[in-house]
Amino acid sequence: MTGESRTMNMIQAINSAIDVAMGRDEKIVVLGEDVGYFGGVFKATEGLQKKYGKTRVFDTPISECGIIGVAVGMATYGLRPVPEIQFADYIYPALDQLVSEAARLRYRSAGEYTAPITVRTPFGGGIFGGQTHSQSPEGIFTHVAGLKTVIPSNPYDAKGLLIAAIEDNDPVIFFEPKRIYNGPFDGHYDRPVQPWSKFAESAVPDGHYTVPLGKARVVREGNDVTVLAYGTMVHVAHSVIQETGVDAELVDLRTLVPLDIETVVESVKKTGRCMVVHEATKTSGFGAELSALVQEHCFHWLEAPVQRVTGWDTPYPHSLEWAYFPGPVRLTEAFKRVMQD
Amino acid sequence: MLEFYRQMLLIRRFEEKAGQLYGLGLIGGFCHLYIGQEAVAVGLQSALEVGKDSVITGYRDHGHMLAYGIDPKLIMAELTGRAAGISRGKGGSMHMFSVDHRFYGGHGIVGAQVSLGAGLAFKHKYSGDGGVAMAYFGDGAANQGQVYESFNMAELWKLPIIFVIENNQYAMGTSVNRASAEDQLYRRGESFRIPGIQVDGMDVLAVRGAAEEAVAWVRAGKGPILLELKTYRYRGHSMSDPAKYRSRDEVQSVRDKSDPIDHLKKELEAAGVSEDDLRKLEKDIRAIVTEAADFAEQSPEPEPEELYTDVLVGQY
Ligand SMILES: Cc1ncc(C[n+]2csc(CCOP(=O)(O)OP(=O)(O)O)c2C)c(N)n1
Ligand SMILES: [Mg+2]
Repeated sequence: MTGESRTMNMIQAINSAIDVAMGRDEKIVVLGEDVGYFGGVFKATEGLQKKYGKTRVFDTPISECGIIGVAVGMATYGLRPVPEIQFADYIYPALDQLVSEAARLRYRSAGEYTAPITVRTPFGGGIFGGQTHSQSPEGIFTHVAGLKTVIPSNPYDAKGLLIAAIEDNDPVIFFEPKRIYNGPFDGHYDRPVQPWSKFAESAVPDGHYTVPLGKARVVREGNDVTVLAYGTMVHVAHSVIQETGVDAELVDLRTLVPLDIETVVESVKKTGRCMVVHEATKTSGFGAELSALVQEHCFHWLEAPVQRVTGWDTPYPHSLEWAYFPGPVRLTEAFKRVMQD
Repeated sequence: MLEFYRQMLLIRRFEEKAGQLYGLGLIGGFCHLYIGQEAVAVGLQSALEVGKDSVITGYRDHGHMLAYGIDPKLIMAELTGRAAGISRGKGGSMHMFSVDHRFYGGHGIVGAQVSLGAGLAFKHKYSGDGGVAMAYFGDGAANQGQVYESFNMAELWKLPIIFVIENNQYAMGTSVNRASAEDQLYRRGESFRIPGIQVDGMDVLAVRGAAEEAVAWVRAGKGPILLELKTYRYRGHSMSDPAKYRSRDEVQSVRDKSDPIDHLKKELEAAGVSEDDLRKLEKDIRAIVTEAADFAEQSPEPEPEELYTDVLVGQY
């Protein structure tokens, strides 16, 4: 039963997802830096410590490697921890535990032990965060066999996907596009962002529901080119499509691993052209994987080379953020290129 | 003593100005002010030799740079992200460096600089240059695992390093005793046989005294030493933190009772420094800060090509 719907922004939807999941399953615990008493720097866990107590929602020291390590241990022995890494940029100290332990436990114990943790972490740029508050490291995790990678692009999906991730029996990295917590950023940084309340996807059921992992969403149907995107870039691409009038089909991948390859292939076979968009750097980014897959599956249907629109291959800069961010100008150019041949 | 006063006041006024520019939208992103903690950087670094001893710290780095005599104009221009900034606008508030001063940054990742500091100390020892490294970190950073990996190596290899914990009582919204099993942080080196000293970080002369002791120990080849400086930050963690996790009274009472600058001012007055001299000093400092702010506002932004420089060596 999902009950009534309410208008929520992405933070509220995420908060509600954890709340609903915790209410149903006492094996779920939430831990991280400032998530308890303070409710998280983005307020995603606000009120949860009050409601569920300090044994189930608690602050940790600044020890990312330890946070993930203990979460993996808890999970192995039957809990379902939902650790928060305050910004995705701080996840690297925990890489060892994620890659060498969480991702491989199931395989090396021949399925006897698993680590069903859901690591929530805000990611992405466009907030003047510079090097240490803006990165998009999803490609590092999609490269690791044994991890699932989920990236919502709106409040409804955020809640449904997060509940699905928490209930999933494998480790999931849940990247939250922080630029769109309050409203869908369309790439026009000089214009105010419209709040989520003005969009249909902000109608979020109060109760329990899931959006299954591994299912993409066709945001907009079209015939001339397929655009593959996730997170913030779904909205940037959407607004460019509307502005340029290209008859593009926009696919929001929602989960990168497992990938909904069927939806991708079906769309590219229909349009014959494909453009891949992400904020992360280009070289060895997830776009490279997508573009290879499209080529493998749709070679004979393709009328032009697959275009990638991504962040530049540089660290995330402090100034020049909008020269770095793959915004409307670069997307418009890429549409011209992909429609040319 | 007057020089300590001048430096602390410079940091205070510089940070107040940075706060204002942030409020005006001229500084973007994340900006962490050092207000309240001035006596730490000033007292400690006054015992070091600029250009010989190396210093490395976290993201709350403006004060450490000013205490090392780095040009306020270049710092402020980095905060506003301009080409004339000390990292050419590419680093921002948290990531600033100066080769001339052997100032090794400015690091945004909590705790990472501590291991780098041990590496700096290794090089001092390796080349026999007589220098020591000073690695600053916070009470929150003191819970990162790599800090203890560095402690072990530093003592094992007898590296010339002063580990400095700036205990300002909070790591963002988390107070020390809510995050630390051993909250007497100067004891954190004990199991590595690293001696620790707890110091009143609001009293610049006490800080200077401890620094001299530490430098003597380390320069004599006895290996690392750990200083815990008890201090307090008056402002929020960063500009976007309203600091609701502590009471206004708590902040006010520290300001009233133990402000490092007021404290030294009283000592100076007692030592016979005239009101006029102090007023003149204040005026000079305001002029320096205003000049830095004007410079930072008027300098141009970096060219877009700068995005692609310094990623790897040479052209990329
Ligand atoms: C690895 C890592 N984790 C988390 C953060 C987010 N963060 C930035 S500062 C901070 C608190 C650090 O507190 P403390 O070490 O006491 O230094 P202070 O801010 O008090 O100077 C946190 C959690 C980070 N920058 N890097
Ligand atoms: Mg602190």
